[in-house]
Amino acid sequence: MLELRNVTVNYGSIVALQDVSLKVEKGAIVTLIGANGAGKSTTLRTISGLLKPVQGSILYEGKEIGGLPAHQIVALRLSHVPEGRMIFANLSVRENLLMGAYLRKDRTKLQHEFDYIFAMFPRLQERSRQIAGTLSGGEQQMLAIGRALMSKPRCLMLDEPSLGIAPILVKTIFEKIREINQSLGITVLLVEQNANLALEVSNYGYVLETGRIILHDRSEALRANEKVKSAYLGG
Amino acid sequence: MSQIEFLQQLINGLSLGAFYALIALGYTMVYGILRFINFAHGDVFMLGAFGGYYLTPRIMPHFAGNLAPVGVVVVLLLTMILCALIGMVIERLAYRPLRSRPKLTVLITAIGVSLLLEYGGQFVFGADPKPYPELITDRALENTGALTITTTQVAAFVVTFLLLIALTLIVKRTKLGMAMRAVSNNATAASLMGINIDTVVSFTFGLGSALAGAAGILYALSYPSIDPLMGLLPGVKAFVAAVLGGIGNIPGAAVGGLILGVVETFVGGSAFSTYRDAIAFALLIGILLFRPAGIFGKAQVEKV
Ligand SMILES: Nc1ncnc2c1ncn2[C@@H]1O[C@H](COP(=O)(O)OP(=O)(O)O)[C@@H](O)[C@H]1O
Ligand SMILES: [Mg+2]
Repeated sequence: MLELRNVTVNYGSIVALQDVSLKVEKGAIVTLIGANGAGKSTTLRTISGLLKPVQGSILYEGKEIGGLPAHQIVALRLSHVPEGRMIFANLSVRENLLMGAYLRKDRTKLQHEFDYIFAMFPRLQERSRQIAGTLSGGEQQMLAIGRALMSKPRCLMLDEPSLGIAPILVKTIFEKIREINQSLGITVLLVEQNANLALEVSNYGYVLETGRIILHDRSEALRANEKVKSAYLGG
Repeated sequence: MSQIEFLQQLINGLSLGAFYALIALGYTMVYGILRFINFAHGDVFMLGAFGGYYLTPRIMPHFAGNLAPVGVVVVLLLTMILCALIGMVIERLAYRPLRSRPKLTVLITAIGVSLLLEYGGQFVFGADPKPYPELITDRALENTGALTITTTQVAAFVVTFLLLIALTLIVKRTKLGMAMRAVSNNATAASLMGINIDTVVSFTFGLGSALAGAAGILYALSYPSIDPLMGLLPGVKAFVAAVLGGIGNIPGAAVGGLILGVVETFVGGSAFSTYRDAIAFALLIGILLFRPAGIFGKAQVEKV
């Protein structure tokens, strides 16, 4: 569904990703784990068109998307929930969700998406008229995910959905990620620093270290891997 | 000051403020989207006045007698379209290539564009002031008691009011208006929603420049002489109005413009009338010292 082949990305003269190759099979939840600064966000930002690769190719549903601008990539039904959520703080919850549907031509049918997003995150419905900047961190994360779903993606990329969120909400959000994958059939590429959680929910994992993929395997196998255990799973 | 005098000054001040408001909106919208002050904006206002100058004798003869108000609307709309195009061209040629450069670079470019328009204007239109053709007959309304309300003042109020409503509807109700709000909130997130930032920036420049063009016509109605440097002072004052209302805040710019117009008129009618033009700058310094986010602006709080 999504494939990176030997992708290299620079920030000016700093090499952030080097020769990264990875594959996300249709219907799977694939995770990309790694320490702070490893290049996880850079990977997602490159796929969604916020950054341009200097080398390599990015294929989405068989089509080369490397170097396309971000607004064209989301049109291909590949959505990115960015690190730090980036909700529209001055807009209401409802308006944020509407922005997610910006490219939808079938705007009369949005009620269907509103219904299932509100069923998935009832808090958003309770607060639909509230200004999004006043939501708690966890609620903002729900909103960011809901907003991305409004574009009806076939593949959803999530950047550290657990970051800075109350533990009880982290659990809810990971349940919802599984639900999005299983009931909606959306392929998921999940970036996490919390490797325990990420390897639990995913089918396959990649380990990124200073801009390079050093290891990849089925998630179960990675959880049993000594190196992964000591470096990322806290012993 | 008697009550009548007070009301009279208030009316004069609001009609002056109305056109500061129209110019201020352009500054504030562009700032909201790009976080940059388009110093050439006052010169677009000047071009609006010149647009009216050249269009009036060509359009008005076709709308004689009772049709004159229609002619005025046609002149106004054509001028607005012209200014919108000019604003979009300026953005496309001068600012877009520098989008990822430091803000200072763009700011200096804006000053360059401003000088280009002013001195280019002198070259094309001539440097000497031109008498503005009478677009509507300026006379006092009847039955207003001791107050003097002129037709041009009424026209200024009506036009400004209608344009403010139109702008509000565009920003709140249309897809591009929503996109503007999204981009001004978080441009990265907006592009992840599928919003083409370039289109939104272009649209914003067009909208702001159209309003400046309308302001140019309104100005020319009450100050019947125009010249290529006329955008300088109103441009700076409207910028102050935008800062007063909280730069980036649309209703704030409108209110800031009205406040500035009123304050200036009252100062002009007082014993300190020679400081009339200085008051805007005194206000600017005061605001920057005591309330840098403006009357309506609130400090941005980043949630974690
Ligand atoms: N805008 C930027 N400019 C320069 N360097 C950056 C920028 N963003 C990230 N980096 C660097 O690129 C590397 C990868 O960052 P990032 O992808 O954010 O890591 P992660 O998401 O895994 O924490 C880090 O060394 C970081 O300092
Ligand atoms: Mg990151």
